[in-house]
Amino acid sequence: MKRAAAFVVPALLVVGLALVPKISLDIPKLFNGPLDSPGTLQLLGLCLLFAGVALTYDLLFGFTGLLSFGHALYFAVGVYIAAIAITKWHWSFAVALLFTGVVGFLLPLLVGAVTLRVGGIAFAMVTLAFAQIGAVLAIKNPHNLTGGEEGFGTDYTKLPKAFVGVLNTKNLYWLALGYAVVVFVVVRYAVSSSPGRVWQAIRENELRVQVLGLRPHAYKLMAFVLSSFLCTAGGVVYLLLGTGPNPEVTTANLTLTFLIMVVLGGAGTKWGAVLGGVLYTYLNNRLGAIGDSSTVQGLPKVLRVPLSEPLFLLGTLFVLVVFFLPGGIGGILGRVRGAPTGLRRLEMALRGTNGAATAGTPEQRT
Amino acid sequence: MSTFLLLTITGLGLGAMYFLIASGLSLIYGLMGVLNFAHGFFLTVGAYGTWWMENHLTGIGSITLRYLVASLFGLVLGAAVAALVELVLIRPLYQRHIEQVLVTVGLSIAGTALVGAIWSGDQRPFVTPPWMNDTTRIFGAHIPNDRWFEIGVAALVLGALELFLRKTRYGLIIRAGAENRSMVTALGIDVRKAFTLVFAVGGVAAAVAGALSNVYFGSVTPERGTSLLIFAFIVVVIGGLGSLTGSAAAAVIVGLSQQYANYYASSGLGDITVVLLLGLVLLVRPRGLSGSFA
Repeated sequence: MKRAAAFVVPALLVVGLALVPKISLDIPKLFNGPLDSPGTLQLLGLCLLFAGVALTYDLLFGFTGLLSFGHALYFAVGVYIAAIAITKWHWSFAVALLFTGVVGFLLPLLVGAVTLRVGGIAFAMVTLAFAQIGAVLAIKNPHNLTGGEEGFGTDYTKLPKAFVGVLNTKNLYWLALGYAVVVFVVVRYAVSSSPGRVWQAIRENELRVQVLGLRPHAYKLMAFVLSSFLCTAGGVVYLLLGTGPNPEVTTANLTLTFLIMVVLGGAGTKWGAVLGGVLYTYLNNRLGAIGDSSTVQGLPKVLRVPLSEPLFLLGTLFVLVVFFLPGGIGGILGRVRGAPTGLRRLEMALRGTNGAATAGTPEQRT
Repeated sequence: MSTFLLLTITGLGLGAMYFLIASGLSLIYGLMGVLNFAHGFFLTVGAYGTWWMENHLTGIGSITLRYLVASLFGLVLGAAVAALVELVLIRPLYQRHIEQVLVTVGLSIAGTALVGAIWSGDQRPFVTPPWMNDTTRIFGAHIPNDRWFEIGVAALVLGALELFLRKTRYGLIIRAGAENRSMVTALGIDVRKAFTLVFAVGGVAAAVAGALSNVYFGSVTPERGTSLLIFAFIVVVIGGLGSLTGSAAAAVIVGLSQQYANYYASSGLGDITVVLLLGLVLLVRPRGLSGSFA
């Protein structure tokens, strides 16, 4: 019965979400237009896309215990490489996709092999540094490829017709939904597979995995490549949803955004990451509107200035969640069941001997 | 030759700022095991504190005096904010390292956004003492004077920090705490006081970097802290986490190679060279130059 429910509920949810573009329902306050209007579908599409991307980050951070600050690089690979191949090299869409896929596989393999030589906090710093290369390339515009600070518009004549134009926003919405579903299914399968169990064992206690005769480095690299590849796919979907590449997708801030999504929803839980991705994207897009609303504009300056800055609100919300809701929103359910979830579980793992083989904390060295 | 000299001094000036940020990061990590992502925000606090105070002092004394007084204000502000962050945000999460990192990430995002909301996210010009904009001629090279100032200040901070760690009682506690925290606690010393102190010291160093960056770039912007922080991370990893002298050496290497590559190869290549250098260090010496990977 319980097993059946585990399949039926998500299936019903997906069917429900797939029907959204067919519903002409107006939900005031929450959305600007009716559900089937292009603006609303675009926002919902972004929410679903980032639900999927957040899940790829959760695979790294929540399930394998790797705190990467460079995940945006792989997202940017999806956005930029595909766009450059189509627009600047005039390749066909299919070839561009194939090439992006190859880069999206080889780059994390290379970067992961090097950066995974260090663990814990140092891994976070090093991944950030490598992702910085992407940000530099996007800004510096080598050979006029990346368009510098402005980015560039994609050559939409090369894109599949079904994904071009305002009238086709519903197709883009379905594409984003499809992406989220595929990522969810892959992650679900991966974390319950036998390497997936090793990932979680590494998160709990890397030293013990080593003692059992397994090589954590290979398993961590596997998780890193899979997560990055799926993230690159998300970048391609983003390219289709948006207008063209923009240096913002290469910045460390985007990685921090993924991190916030995952922690907000509940690290180490699949539904938590999805929820966090949807919630963050929605808030980030709508909080600006709240800031411009007459209620906020009427407030005294001390309150008005911070409230009209979405990033300030989201950063504060994030700190509050870490303090008071360490399992994230998805962790509330887990806490009811009495199981440690999210950050709490990661933390328990870290307090074990996890770091000793890598960058241990001072007291672990003794 | 003159270009080479100019690049060298400019690279050292940049390295001076990297070192000032990296030293605080390294000290905090060495003692507490906390990666302080908000360290760039401390720099921004110092930079804006200096800028704000200098604007409010307009008309009093000479520009140099105003700059020095304003910098002092920036330092105090940086120390106060850093100590407050430790007391309010870090201490309650004692020993929960991942959550501590996450809190500093949130603080960095919210803080930078707040500064941007109050004083606009755009660059604001900064009034620099005129003698710093002048150049000194050495072996045919025209070197801007502010570079000497930055290098001198960083060397002074390095010396002061070393003296503080080697010669004072608090320095002794910090070194002992980094070595074996439970032992220090068992001896009846409250290590938590040292935590706040280390944050305040790191905050001062970052704020100094902020006051210097105002002169180096001739402007203030909320994003500066975060963008310099990335290179400070590289410096810390190359130098070896928890080692001050390692950070100083790495800061010089990173600052110089960035300048040389940007000039002799092509603009933008400097940043990439530095990251590749990091990759090389990771492959050859994953524990950093000093070898004392915390």
